Amino acid sequence: MLLALCATGIVVGALLAEVLIPRIDAFLERRRERRARGESGAIGYDPGRERRAEQRARQLLRSCVNNEEWAMYRDLGFLRVWGRGDGYAYLIYPHKPIVAFVPQTRELLNEYCVEFPDLSRPYGSARLPDPDHVLAKWMALTGDEHGLIRRANLHQPGRQVDPRQVRRDLWRLSEWERARGSVSAP
Amino acid sequence: MKPGHGEVLVAEGDVEVPEDERELVEAFRRQLDEGLWAAVPKTTRNGRREASMVKSFDEIPRDAERVIFFPRAAGGAR
Repeated sequence: MLLALCATGIVVGALLAEVLIPRIDAFLERRRERRARGESGAIGYDPGRERRAEQRARQLLRSCVNNEEWAMYRDLGFLRVWGRGDGYAYLIYPHKPIVAFVPQTRELLNEYCVEFPDLSRPYGSARLPDPDHVLAKWMALTGDEHGLIRRANLHQPGRQVDPRQVRRDLWRLSEWERARGSVSAP
Repeated sequence: MKPGHGEVLVAEGDVEVPEDERELVEAFRRQLDEGLWAAVPKTTRNGRREASMVKSFDEIPRDAERVIFFPRAAGGAR
């Protein structure tokens, strides 16, 4: 009886090995390949690369906007862009909606939510560096304001950006301009 | 502009040199075919800085120093 059970076990083991060994080999081979080219086939997160991208993006932004706008971004973390029409302007934050406001009264008008997604994800991240995101908005807004606004999702103020923060930023901007002796006008 | 990378040089050359111009036109079309937008930063007559969005190579001023390609805008979080 015991001998029969052992023989059956050996046969079952041999059959299982015949089926499983090729599969295990294939699994290990696939894992080796994945490791060789980085997990999931994409280039993984590299803080050094992201930091270098941020530095390049800052240089690019600096070379495109004027000195005052560059200093504004460097010191305050956002840009103000005057609207084509009279009496309104925009605040451009990185990776946040564009906020339209009335400079004279600091009344907040709207939030325009817009992204610049790169669906190819060539470097493992779909996010532009912060200065690139600000520059993309600046170019689209100064180059084709109405086109950008048409594409954006329109929201009431306060949907994503805290109105208290925006008002604080507008106050910081006015203090910053006062300290620089610059004039707040389009 | 490339996510996770920042600025990448696509092509460079002198538009007054026919071979260079051909390569620049091809590179320009390739970027637009990939779905990117193109903009030329410039200084206006009153000294302000702004960008011109360009959709064809002919729209690029001959004296432009560079064209910046960036992903198309899309409506963000709803």
